[in-house]
Amino acid sequence: MSVQALTYLFVGITFAIYIAIALWARAKSTTDFYIAGGGVHPVVNGMATAADWMSAASFISMAGIIAFMGRDGAVYLLGWTGGYVLLALLLAPYLRKFGQFTVPDFIGERYYSKAARVVAVVCLIFISFTYIAGQMRGVGIVFSRFLEVEIATGVMIGMGIVFIYAALGGMKGITYTQAAQYCVLIFAYMVPAIFISILVSGSPIPQLGFGGTLADGSGRAVLETLDGVLLDLGFGAYTAGAKSTIDVFAITAALMIGTAGLPHVIVRFFTVPKVSDARRSAGWALVFIAILYTTAPAVAVFARLNFVESVNEKPYEDTPAWFRNWEDIGLVAWQDKNDDGRLQYRAGIPFAGAPDFIDKRGESGQRIIANAATDTDNEVYVDRDIIVLANPEIAALPGWVVALVAAGGLAAALSTAAGLLLVISAAVSHDLLKKTFSPTLSERQELLYARIAIAVALGLAGLFGIYPPAFVAQVVAFAFGLAAASLFPAILLGVFSKRMNKEGAIAGMVTGLTFTFSYIVYFKFISPGSNTAAHWLFGISPEGIGFIGALLNFTVAGLVARATAPPPKAVQDLVDDIRLPSGVGVAHKR
Amino acid sequence: MAKEQQDQGTSVRRHDDKEDTVGQPRHGGDTVSESRLSDYWQANLKFLGALLVVWFAVSFGAGIIFADTLDQYTFLGFPLGFWFAQQGAIYVFVVLIFVYVIGMSRIDRAYGVEDDDEDSNTTGEQTS
Repeated sequence: MSVQALTYLFVGITFAIYIAIALWARAKSTTDFYIAGGGVHPVVNGMATAADWMSAASFISMAGIIAFMGRDGAVYLLGWTGGYVLLALLLAPYLRKFGQFTVPDFIGERYYSKAARVVAVVCLIFISFTYIAGQMRGVGIVFSRFLEVEIATGVMIGMGIVFIYAALGGMKGITYTQAAQYCVLIFAYMVPAIFISILVSGSPIPQLGFGGTLADGSGRAVLETLDGVLLDLGFGAYTAGAKSTIDVFAITAALMIGTAGLPHVIVRFFTVPKVSDARRSAGWALVFIAILYTTAPAVAVFARLNFVESVNEKPYEDTPAWFRNWEDIGLVAWQDKNDDGRLQYRAGIPFAGAPDFIDKRGESGQRIIANAATDTDNEVYVDRDIIVLANPEIAALPGWVVALVAAGGLAAALSTAAGLLLVISAAVSHDLLKKTFSPTLSERQELLYARIAIAVALGLAGLFGIYPPAFVAQVVAFAFGLAAASLFPAILLGVFSKRMNKEGAIAGMVTGLTFTFSYIVYFKFISPGSNTAAHWLFGISPEGIGFIGALLNFTVAGLVARATAPPPKAVQDLVDDIRLPSGVGVAHKR
Repeated sequence: MAKEQQDQGTSVRRHDDKEDTVGQPRHGGDTVSESRLSDYWQANLKFLGALLVVWFAVSFGAGIIFADTLDQYTFLGFPLGFWFAQQGAIYVFVVLIFVYVIGMSRIDRAYGVEDDDEDSNTTGEQTS
């Protein structure tokens, strides 16, 4: 069977499984719809959390980003796993004990204020939409490359599938599909990783392989070889970082705190039966996540080495098929600056911006681009996103592995998209309609509005996927920065400080939010030219500023709370109750 | 609606059961006494603090702040600081959460505030 037929087969089978699960797990009540009835087994929830968390960015982009960042890629590895320790120890058990439906629920009740709830809803919707745009782009890339359909068609197929199981099954449908999607995506990630590890290092365990020696019998260490190759081409050594220590520190901290504050992750811990399950579930989630996250840096090393060796100094006609396939999609490009017909891959950007293809072929058959060349020797443009997707082809693995990766990429993108859609819909139907504007809503009406909200949010997300706004890549820092600077401190203080009152919490959230938002907007949009270490506050980049935002939030909240009246007795009793694991009930109905 | 009452019934019964068997002093028959709660909370905070110190040490300490110094040593073929940043800290994170799970259920039991196993499983099955 051809690779494409296999891909259709694999994707078709997995989609059929997701829909079958959705039909089996239809949501009948708002409890089912928002928190899967509160009866999910902690291991299943851990799996679902892992799929929820590992998005198209983790599956498709992360290893590629690390491959090109080298050591500094650790900010993502540490940031996106270390956050789970904070989540497990500081938030999950207490939020489970609180036991309602959404994150704004907690903020609204703990701070006895509709204003606080609405601030939380705004943060949540902004964070989730930023995030979902990236998922839909991932779906589009996979469809257009592997199934050779238009990106728009691909996104619409993806939307159709997500709509069926998210609108029908709500959290219940999503939870069990996510568990299935985790199995698909981790299998799809590990199989090529193990193959490539054996190919490059001779070790079947990628985590050990990239610390070992090359399989070619030369006895040279993998990392040293890569360092040497890169230094020869004018890059920095792979194992040496380029970012300053303070910036690495701040980015890691912002990503960790942001991870723990992401609403679609937090809400997963509302679905388990009891407090100790929430703790255990966070542990399982991290186990499942760590399998991929400890493999990714190995894949990054192997892929970078493979990439250089299979492209550099090759005549265009001799480049492997994958190079031309990805060139057709527009994710790699070659500009023959010295007219020697060979690809020179060097440090530096080959030309400004993304490739602007004109409808013409050059002498060697390459697609001609209109961009003005830079004065570096580098002739090769490569989008980091292709590393994982192209890896099986780069390593010349069999067709079914390529097809598997396509199905895995879709599983990762769809599972995260569904989780995000659910928190958006819950925030609209539950927090805005039911709890703020229209308290008389019946459960049946609320459920209907929740489903409508999913449809509308999905439509918007689909538009983002078909017409990706140019700023998507720029605003990923937003999602984590804002979650770190707004939601995390408010929830943490709500549990650990009895004295924290609504004035303090709102002042803290607004300060953290405004500061982080302004800093990112200034450096990313208003004055991108000055986005360099010399201009940054304490040398911290916009990606890491959420850390400072969080510190500001804590400080302002503490000061304001001290100067204003303590929260009412009922709220203090609520805090006492949240702190005790015993007496947990199934989440409040309606 | 019927199901809802059933669930609440289960949770209330669970509460009473525990009170009978453990027999701790409680206010209003439903809450643990103030001082006991505060002792439990202090024990919790101490345990959390210790775990977070380790969390900070392996990630921000070994992986970032002291990484250059640690890179002089090799571990499994990796420069040690690099290993902590791209592998080791993640393994420690996983271990930390499970240590937390086990340690906390011990503390919960010691103060008689645990969520009882069997009853909750029943609750889980009823609602799923």
